[in-house]
Amino acid sequence: MDSVGIVSYGAYIPRYRIKVDEIAETWGEDGDSIRKSLWVFEKSVPDIDEDTVTIAVEAARSAIGRREIDPLRIGAIYTGSESHPYVVKPTSTIVAEAIGATPLLTAADFEFACKGGTAAIQACMGLVGSGMIDLGLAIGSDVAQGAPGDALEYTAAAGGVALVIGRSELAAEIEATYSLTTDMPDFWRRDGMPYPEHGGRFTGEPAYFRHIIGAAQGLMEKTSTTPGDYDYVVLHQPNGKFPMRAARMLGFTERQLGPGFVVPHLGNTYSGSAMMGLAAVLDLAEPGERILMASFGSGAGSDAFLVRVLDEIRELREKAPSVSELLKDPTYVSYATYARHKGKMKM
Amino acid sequence: MTVPRFWRKLKHRYNLLGTHCTTCETYYYPPRKICPKCRRRGEIEPHRFKGEGKLLTYTIIQNPPEKITAHAPYVLGIVELDEGPRLTSQIICSPEEAEIGMRVRSVFRKIGEESAEGMIYYGTKFVKL
Amino acid sequence: MREVAIIGVGCTRFTELWETSFRDLFVEAGLSAIEDAGVEGETIDALYIGNMSAGRFIEQEHLASLIADYAGLASINTPSTRVEAACASGGLALRQAVLAVASGHHNIVIAGGGEKMTDVGTGDATDVLSAAADREWEGIMGATFPGLYAMIARLHMHRYHTTSEQLAQVAVKNHYNATMNPRAQYQREITVENVLTSPIVADPLHLLDCSPITDGAAAVILAPGEIARKYTDTPVYIKATAQASSTISLHDRRDITTLDATVAAARRAFEMAGVTPDEIDIAEVHDCFTIAEILAIEDIGFFKKGEGGRATEEGLTAIGGKIPVNTSGGLKACGHPVGATGIKQAVEVTEQLRGEAGKRQVDGAEIGLTQNVGGSGGTAIIHILQR
Repeated sequence: MDSVGIVSYGAYIPRYRIKVDEIAETWGEDGDSIRKSLWVFEKSVPDIDEDTVTIAVEAARSAIGRREIDPLRIGAIYTGSESHPYVVKPTSTIVAEAIGATPLLTAADFEFACKGGTAAIQACMGLVGSGMIDLGLAIGSDVAQGAPGDALEYTAAAGGVALVIGRSELAAEIEATYSLTTDMPDFWRRDGMPYPEHGGRFTGEPAYFRHIIGAAQGLMEKTSTTPGDYDYVVLHQPNGKFPMRAARMLGFTERQLGPGFVVPHLGNTYSGSAMMGLAAVLDLAEPGERILMASFGSGAGSDAFLVRVLDEIRELREKAPSVSELLKDPTYVSYATYARHKGKMKM
Repeated sequence: MTVPRFWRKLKHRYNLLGTHCTTCETYYYPPRKICPKCRRRGEIEPHRFKGEGKLLTYTIIQNPPEKITAHAPYVLGIVELDEGPRLTSQIICSPEEAEIGMRVRSVFRKIGEESAEGMIYYGTKFVKL
Repeated sequence: MREVAIIGVGCTRFTELWETSFRDLFVEAGLSAIEDAGVEGETIDALYIGNMSAGRFIEQEHLASLIADYAGLASINTPSTRVEAACASGGLALRQAVLAVASGHHNIVIAGGGEKMTDVGTGDATDVLSAAADREWEGIMGATFPGLYAMIARLHMHRYHTTSEQLAQVAVKNHYNATMNPRAQYQREITVENVLTSPIVADPLHLLDCSPITDGAAAVILAPGEIARKYTDTPVYIKATAQASSTISLHDRRDITTLDATVAAARRAFEMAGVTPDEIDIAEVHDCFTIAEILAIEDIGFFKKGEGGRATEEGLTAIGGKIPVNTSGGLKACGHPVGATGIKQAVEVTEQLRGEAGKRQVDGAEIGLTQNVGGSGGTAIIHILQR
């Protein structure tokens, strides 16, 4: 297989934020202790007219615009999300039309809780690597759902990332990928239900930690690398505490984790979470540097990637908004506005 | 608006796809099959607009029409694209931010839906540049 | 082309008419016009029916047959035609009737207009009315009718320093005029403060800047000028009928603050009548929103562009002013049963020219003008009437 990697990337984060304290106050909880236990201070909130599709389109347009890619070269679009606005009718076809990639391509939507986006990356790698397509577009996008008053509400955020996967003109090569999957009922949403259910503490050790650590260690074994061989580590960020602990358990330092650690002021963007961390690292990584990214999706599984940054990354700088720019100057909203934006008030 | 009617011009809504008359060099959005200036002498070709322009005038709607995805009050404006044509669209900003002459750029948003069970209408709105 | 005269007029009460159906509205207006003209049903050669949207207001199309039938004219097979140009449907029905008589094809013709708007809720009515704009490129984007006129108002204020107070003066004047019109929907005075403290509908327009939802119908009987005196001692002659189109969408206009259709129709009408704006004694104009009256008096040529607000503030359009405008109370206070409006304007001007306008009579009025607008200005119809 030829080398395969990232030709371009784009991110999108809605401009609104709600502070954890504001949510806590609404439910009579102690904001201070929640902030400390989650290590999340605020989360992004979609506008009333934003959803997984619009976020996916904005991220995809950013990725294409960053490198002025001819959208007709894109042979596959896969969008991973746990909040596709249609249960039946793909997000990816709307994205395809909105970026002008139709009609000669294949498209489908992926769902694997928070790792639908990294599954899309792997699918694109396969198609690109085998020569079936020229470029593939892998998107992770979510307007994550949390029932009012549920613990998820403190972190469930909105955002998305799109990666253009190709064989040439690579800004970063994906040197290896490694996945680990088991049947793990830690978190789910039944058909027709508005909000997910989760297993509380069960989502921790047997779910998140066992899978993400297994995949990251598997990748390092497969590639004969150790944490010291990496400049950055990006782990799925359902909150601040989990990836910090997992990174420590794997042997990574805070310096390696820091640049891709976006959760404290963004929240958990689900399918966009690990990919947002990757985008934040690509915004500043230098050629030759190495990134370990591992996603986690409840249900459960983890996809780990070894990404090596190439010279072409310099061509991509400042051609599209960086993650830190997208996080800058947010508009803070009240719980009432947040509830309106998220359609939590049924009229 | 029924599904086929929306679908028919879906690309034009998603991507500001309009037309250009090569005879008189005038740009049109929404698309036109006949150039109002040249009529039969006009040569029409598709044209995709860059999506930047300025706010010509605006209002703040307090009573939204049914099926429109926006919470009142919202800003509705006439945008003049840099290439010339003008269109009606929502401007995503607070009522206090809106200003005649303000530079804007296009974004992809939900513009409405048939009903809770029905089709979602996506399209182009504008944000302050 | 023959000269055409109005020999009879009729109009229902304009208000929420819960007891009266669509067909009954037309019959009531038509019968009173027929009685006023003193014509027999057999002598009526044709009917023209102006209506915007019975299809959506009452789920009824084929109005031509329906109205001919319930007017008792289907039994003698009188030809009937429904015409539609949104809010200008009435004016257009009048114009079609005038052309039919002027051409010599018909002699006695009835032009009626009406709308039954209260059989649906306010939300539905608003949606029906917004179909007068471009549904695909304005309505779907979140535009409402007040919104479109509000965008005109905002730019007019920006460019010409027109004020919200000046807009409010239009409503105040028209409400005052309506206190003297027993047909009017709102026969009560309001103040500038009332307008400015009423809820905002589409900034800068307040609720009291907007015309209401109304039921009503109006009718006029036309005859060739040379035989008009056979029916009435006070024929009113139609000196000009003019119509003009403009883009359906507001955004496509050359100038957002000018209704080019009004400008073109006015130019054609004044040329046809051989008169100038200064010679007009009274005018009924299409004040669906207060800003629309400002536009009308500028675009017709009563005042220079940008000076309509000040002219209104100075009382130049009040009864007793330079050019009394909307003595009926206009769409704002007399009410706006969409399809009826263009005909009602002709009824009002006819009554004024006959000297039968009661307390709101403009002394010595000889020449009057009506201006009826469809949508945000996609169609304009102007008639000039002379006694």
